[in-house]
Amino acid sequence: MPETPRPLPTDDPAQVAAFEARIASGESIEPKDWMPERYRRQLTRMMSQHAHSEVVGMLPEGNWITRAPSLRRKMSLIAKVQDEAGHGLYIYCGTETLGVDRFQLFTQLLDGTAKYSSIFNYPTLSWADMGVIGWLVDGAAIVNQTVLAKTSYGPYARAMVRICKEENFHKRQGYEICMTLAKGTPAQRAMLQDAVDRFWWPSLMMFGPSDTDSPNSAELLRWKVKRKTNDELRQRFVNLTVPQAQELGITLPDPDLRYNAETKNWDFGAIDWAEFFEVIQGNGPCNRERLEARRAAHEEGQWVREAATAHAAKRAQSTAAA
Amino acid sequence: MAAHEEELGIAAGEAAAGRRPVAGPSRTPVLGAPLVEYLLRLGDDRLILGHRLSEWCGHGPVLEEDIALSNMALDLIGQAAALLRLAGEAEGQGRDEDALAYWREAVQFRNALITELPNGDFGVTIVRQFLVSAHSLLLWEALLGAPHEGLAGVAAKAVKEVRYHVRHSGEWVVRLGDGTPESQARVQRALDDLWRYTGELFDADAVDAAVAALGIVVDHAALKARWDGLVDEVLARATLVRPADGPMRRGGRVGRHTEHLGHLLSVMQSVTRAHPGATW
Amino acid sequence: MSEVVPPTDSHWPLWEVFTQGSDGAPFEHAGSVHATDAEQALQNARDVYARRGEAVNLWVVPSAAITASAPSDAGPFFDPGNDKAYRHPQFYIAPRGIRIF
Repeated sequence: MPETPRPLPTDDPAQVAAFEARIASGESIEPKDWMPERYRRQLTRMMSQHAHSEVVGMLPEGNWITRAPSLRRKMSLIAKVQDEAGHGLYIYCGTETLGVDRFQLFTQLLDGTAKYSSIFNYPTLSWADMGVIGWLVDGAAIVNQTVLAKTSYGPYARAMVRICKEENFHKRQGYEICMTLAKGTPAQRAMLQDAVDRFWWPSLMMFGPSDTDSPNSAELLRWKVKRKTNDELRQRFVNLTVPQAQELGITLPDPDLRYNAETKNWDFGAIDWAEFFEVIQGNGPCNRERLEARRAAHEEGQWVREAATAHAAKRAQSTAAA
Repeated sequence: MAAHEEELGIAAGEAAAGRRPVAGPSRTPVLGAPLVEYLLRLGDDRLILGHRLSEWCGHGPVLEEDIALSNMALDLIGQAAALLRLAGEAEGQGRDEDALAYWREAVQFRNALITELPNGDFGVTIVRQFLVSAHSLLLWEALLGAPHEGLAGVAAKAVKEVRYHVRHSGEWVVRLGDGTPESQARVQRALDDLWRYTGELFDADAVDAAVAALGIVVDHAALKARWDGLVDEVLARATLVRPADGPMRRGGRVGRHTEHLGHLLSVMQSVTRAHPGATW
Repeated sequence: MSEVVPPTDSHWPLWEVFTQGSDGAPFEHAGSVHATDAEQALQNARDVYARRGEAVNLWVVPSAAITASAPSDAGPFFDPGNDKAYRHPQFYIAPRGIRIF
């Protein structure tokens, strides 16, 4: 049962009121501005989770770089994964403006205490997954992020603007891969359908549980950190995506999906939230493998990072001595 | 089969049937037209090395380096695509860059052996990158004036890209060579292990002579001298010892590769080969 | 900008990145990168913020070197001087037909 969060005792009510007035009038909050401790913490949590997601998200797609079936696709996929590293960087930098060190955040990711988007705990099993991830997963992320571009915290909003530009490109590429497969051989069409069967429901789960079950939502909405509810965004995504699926000629794995002429929405079936909670608690198909991969990279890179630091120290010493 | 054929073996039988000589120069691999061979060598170097670099995506020692390594991979694969396209055109049998990349066997590849070696740790990767990029930069500078329009075009773009690769990888060699005792030991070992593969980069054979006659001239001795200068300067700053020249490993230019290439290609070509005739 | 974190073996300092979009344009804050020295910061900045040709020039500055105005300065520190007409070009009347610049 979600509790109503209360301001921490140390927050001066007058300052909180002034802060909320600024938010209400649509002002941007910048790093050196006064903010309630809870606001700082919520933002740190949201931003670090987002950054972790980008970084972990490199792995399911990175899995297919070496097998990309044409040079053009190979280059596009490398560029996409590289963009994700960049997005992680932009957002980690944004989080650092709130006073948290990136290496600290990374430690939390690697020891399993930090969360990241559930979708990246699913394995990529065929080349078609590359198309479907661009189309559905990036598609869902865009619906989320376009709205985040207007979030009240300045550095986060600015990172989002930069990210949205690149993300749109990814989604188009992904959809183009899907279209090529849809118009291809029977084996390619079957590959595409299978990928959609596996990624549709996890994509819907990316928007998070219904807001009645989400303890942070009300506060985040009041502070204009979130601008729309999870359910609103999920519906928007479904409405956008169903016609795109029809264009591809594939079926979405939901027997209850039907158009509601009154509400102008595509009504869809019940989501299995048990699966979602299992996955975010670490019991998804790939959770262990994802974290193991990041841990291994981090450990194997330790000597490299130490060497760079040592070299810089030597140079600083000799410059000082000169 | 006649008894005497069984005795002499199948090859002898075929010889008797007039199909293939029993004895002949089969030790020399059969090469195609010189210009095609030359462009394949250039293209395959970059394809294979770019592929190796791309294996680092998501596994780099720090996020910023993940981005840097994939940048270099992209540059190299882009150059490879352009070069293989030119090779296909020169060959005139309707093969494009994808046909050449995904449908040749290992013995048909023409990359230098150093490019197909596994990445090892970051030290091995970055030392290899430096040694190869330094050569590439000097080579591209030499090819800027090539009378082959397509090749000169690739050179113009590649020079800018590879200048950055040399800078980036060179700085890392210095950082790691003159970093901690561990980092120095690792990159010295990497350098020692890779050195025997560097000689092949400066080899010149009948293919080079043939394209020189077409106006594509590279002075290999001069290139080697300049490479030595560039490499020595960085190794000195890196407090690393230049390995002595010993016997050099070679063979890539004529399709005689290490066992690594076969495994690399079986991964790289797997999806394409599972769906002959498909478009991606 | 952020609190000082005690250096660890693999802690890389933070640098702020400023990019210039085109010749003569002002430099804008693009974000930050971690690096151990200026050359690395410059290269990382180029790879992260300028790899698609978004910038013709880059500045990198250690974050610790930046002094920022405090929020309480807003107001008196930044008094726009709207009441000081002589600061604005419109105050000065130039004879018609004479070009000042």
